[in-house]
Amino acid sequence: MQRCGRVPLWLLGSVLLIRFTSGISAVDRDVQQTRPDSRPEPPSESTPNQSHADHGHGSSAVGGIPVVTFKWHHVETPYQVALWILVAGLAKLVIEANHHVTNVIPESALLICFGFILGGIIWGADKVQTFKLNPTVFFFYLLPQIILDTGYSMPNKLFFGNMGAILVYAVIGTCWNAASLGLSLWGCHQGGAMGDLDIGLLQYLLFGSLIAAVDPVAVIAVFEQVHVNEVLFILVFGESLLNDGVTVVLFNVFDAFVSLGGARINAVEIIKGIISFFVVAFGGSLLGLVFGLLISLLTKVTQKVKIIEPAFVFVLGYLSYLTAEMLSLSSILSITFCGVSCQKYINANMAESSVSTVRYVMKVFANGSETIIFVFLGISAIDTEIWVWNTGFILLTLFFIFVYRIIGVFFLTWILNRYRLVPVEFIDQVIMSYGGLRGAVAYGLATLLNESKIKEKNLMICTTLLVVYFTVILQGITMKPLVNWLKVKKAAVSELTLIEKLQSKVFDHMLVAIEDISGQIGHNYMRDKWNQFEERWMTRILMKKSVRKSRDCVFKVFHQLNLKDAMSYVAEGERRGSLEFVRNESAFIDFKKKFVDDCSGAMPDITACMSDDYSAMSSMSRIDQVPSVSLEMHEQNMKGVRETEDINTHHLLQQHLYKGRKQHRHRYSRSHFNVNKDENEVQEIFQRTMRNRLESFKSAKMGVSPPKKISKHTKKDQQQKVPNGKSTENGKRYFSGDEDFQFPEGDASGFAASDGSHPFPMTYRAGAGIENPAYIPDLDPMAAEIPPWLAEYDAGPVAPSQRAQLRLPWTPSDLGRLAPLRISTRSNDSFAQADAPAAQQKDDEPPTPSKRDGRNM
Amino acid sequence: MGSKASTLLREEEIEEIKKETGFSHSQITRLYSRFTSLDKGENGTLSREDFQRIPELAINPLGDRIINAFFPEGEDQVNFRGFMRILAHFRPIEDNEKKSVAVSEPLNSRTNKLLFAFRLYDLDRDDKISREELLQVLRMMVGVNISDDQLGSIADRTIQEADTNGDNSISFNEFIKVLEKVDVEQKMSIRFLH
Repeated sequence: MQRCGRVPLWLLGSVLLIRFTSGISAVDRDVQQTRPDSRPEPPSESTPNQSHADHGHGSSAVGGIPVVTFKWHHVETPYQVALWILVAGLAKLVIEANHHVTNVIPESALLICFGFILGGIIWGADKVQTFKLNPTVFFFYLLPQIILDTGYSMPNKLFFGNMGAILVYAVIGTCWNAASLGLSLWGCHQGGAMGDLDIGLLQYLLFGSLIAAVDPVAVIAVFEQVHVNEVLFILVFGESLLNDGVTVVLFNVFDAFVSLGGARINAVEIIKGIISFFVVAFGGSLLGLVFGLLISLLTKVTQKVKIIEPAFVFVLGYLSYLTAEMLSLSSILSITFCGVSCQKYINANMAESSVSTVRYVMKVFANGSETIIFVFLGISAIDTEIWVWNTGFILLTLFFIFVYRIIGVFFLTWILNRYRLVPVEFIDQVIMSYGGLRGAVAYGLATLLNESKIKEKNLMICTTLLVVYFTVILQGITMKPLVNWLKVKKAAVSELTLIEKLQSKVFDHMLVAIEDISGQIGHNYMRDKWNQFEERWMTRILMKKSVRKSRDCVFKVFHQLNLKDAMSYVAEGERRGSLEFVRNESAFIDFKKKFVDDCSGAMPDITACMSDDYSAMSSMSRIDQVPSVSLEMHEQNMKGVRETEDINTHHLLQQHLYKGRKQHRHRYSRSHFNVNKDENEVQEIFQRTMRNRLESFKSAKMGVSPPKKISKHTKKDQQQKVPNGKSTENGKRYFSGDEDFQFPEGDASGFAASDGSHPFPMTYRAGAGIENPAYIPDLDPMAAEIPPWLAEYDAGPVAPSQRAQLRLPWTPSDLGRLAPLRISTRSNDSFAQADAPAAQQKDDEPPTPSKRDGRNM
Repeated sequence: MGSKASTLLREEEIEEIKKETGFSHSQITRLYSRFTSLDKGENGTLSREDFQRIPELAINPLGDRIINAFFPEGEDQVNFRGFMRILAHFRPIEDNEKKSVAVSEPLNSRTNKLLFAFRLYDLDRDDKISREELLQVLRMMVGVNISDDQLGSIADRTIQEADTNGDNSISFNEFIKVLEKVDVEQKMSIRFLH
């Protein structure tokens, strides 16, 4: 299956390449005429179309009104951009389709290689490098969304918990890398290791600063595959995120120094440089926070415009980037902290669909940009202009980068470990030092270098590219084996459980209390204070009132678990074809535990009374406990099975009918995304349909399947209906297959009492119904009664069969109400009333049917 | 204050505490000065009231539970030894401790940490967290916005997650088992200042 899938994808890839090559001749001509300016815009793929079309339509354009004109230049730029994105996307598609390759070679490395090929093709066509990653495009259009995405999806608690370490690595580590590399290269230069180069100390430092940025993409991809422990993950992730910002700031400072010229630098300028470093970094972060709070505030009031709600997040995020750029603050740090600070509030404030839109779109943007960046990094290599070889410079840079990264990490960790509760382990340090891959930011900065000030710009670009290739490809490939070989501590893959969530909260409170008692101001104390502050001010101001109230992490987990259950329940139901599995003893075993959970959650009172029985029984028999509440159900199981079967089939049909109706009711609206919320019409039609069927079949009963909401209605209705039915009840009914439903008339015939369930399937199979005259007299009263399932249509198309209900997950409140109903149909009304208080009082007597019946008789 | 405190503490006592709890000499003297500053009655023991005077504990949802944990069953005074014994549960596990197999299990071992946490729930000390006990803790932890019914469901579900023998309560073994993947060593440790 997988193999089959790959073949077309490979074909697609090769077709793509062939198209490129076939387009080359056209590119040759075209590109050279039209765009000698080396804009970094998409290539060539469109050109074959153009050249063909040119010939085709050229003649028709001669004289008179042209029917069709070919206007390539009109659309050139956007067309190329779009094509470029398409190419990058297809590249990723091809690469991802070969999973066995990406397991060994990281995707980023493959994308770079793909870029090599594309670049080679383009170069072969033009003999000139037309497409390069240009810093404007990179910094304004490609980078922001990546950073915003990482900031937004940053695990906040972990991030701030390890903030100290991350800051140390990101700020001090980056400065160390920059300074040590610059100084060492300068030293080697002075020692004559590089021959004749026109690079001064400041330029070396500038180069050192630009290449200090660590790119996380490849490393993070490996980490995600291998699930390394969360501390290592957050250290690498956080560091690489912040040090992008720090690098840019550092780069700007040194750039200013270089512009100033060596001679004019004195102590004052250096101090100003250092101050500006901090002002730019912290100013940018602060600005980001302000924008983050703005977004949060805005999303508080956007519930009226849900459809453009997500756009605010992106626009304001981008604005924070641009504003910081405008104020010459650190734009990367700004957008990082914008994402970090707003995530909590916008996730709470916005509608769930908007939140997932934001998440998804962010991933789309970030992933797309990343892909494009790596492809371009590859393409950029194919350019004779930049290849200025200087063995000494290049090899020494590679060597120093590697060595100083290791020294830096080990030294800083050594200091940090003296203050950390959980020391960073040796193996983690090895991985961290080895994970110092350089990426696009370094290249982007290198292309920003001013050629008039730095004579050897091309050498620097060339070296940067080589460093990027070397680290991303070689280190990237070896990273995974290394992680596995060193047996890096993996993260425990834990399922979402309530008890873990609860316990971690308990731990938090406990630690704070112990810190209070032992009288020290520690990490937990600070966090607690911050939480209180946040609760009191930030949340109050930034979060919607309604959300604020319903917010509780334990409850949230509970909610998520319930959702998961519901989803797996529905999936199971669909897989087995509606509710077929109701019949099958083995089938609902999957739900066994969940059922008990939900069931016990549903009726805490009943659970409490039955807890003795519960404890005595195995989980399997616990399932049976509930059905046994109504003994007659057991007796009738055999009959019921066949009946349910038919009703299931019946049901499937109903469901489809309903859905079909729903599908037709999709309406287009630019501002509303709702799939017809007013179901009234649908319900009416549905109800009518059901009534018709009832009249013709006269049977039905045993409604089927119970999506949760439905059952709620069922019960209410049943409770209301029961009194009517009760008057005509007789002893025989008690043993009939359908006594769970109030069909007094149906049983009155006596015939139905003995084998009531058999005729019904027959009529169902006949399809058209009506045929059985014996039942026709009974129809009217039944229709008038409107059996319970009719009343539920507002909630959904499916009426739950009692038997199905017994074994399915319930919403808590439902089962509690349902339980008394199941026990006996005869005296339901009085019983329901009598039972509720009884259950609440935690009646000692087990709720067995016999007792209850006895009581109610 | 610190110097005065340490003079009150005899050297051999410090040695014993050191052996029992694994705290360093300086940590013990520092915590002793904290102990005496909490001890308003100046009788060498702490009462519940002494703890309750700590303002932060009043706003800690589990504050009272944790105070209770300091007092052995049936007593309402705790001396410095007992005080330190409880705090020792929160000492991080150090590398050398992991390797050396101590004669008796140190107070800050994973099991002891978990036992401490377990006791916070288990008020009646029957080595089981019953539904009622869990509900009480839950009630302390969640806001008033969650209804009793919802809370009941949460409690039931929580018990179901841990309960393997079907007795509708969580025994200590089940508690250990269900928190197997949680990094208790880290989550139940604080850095005591030297």
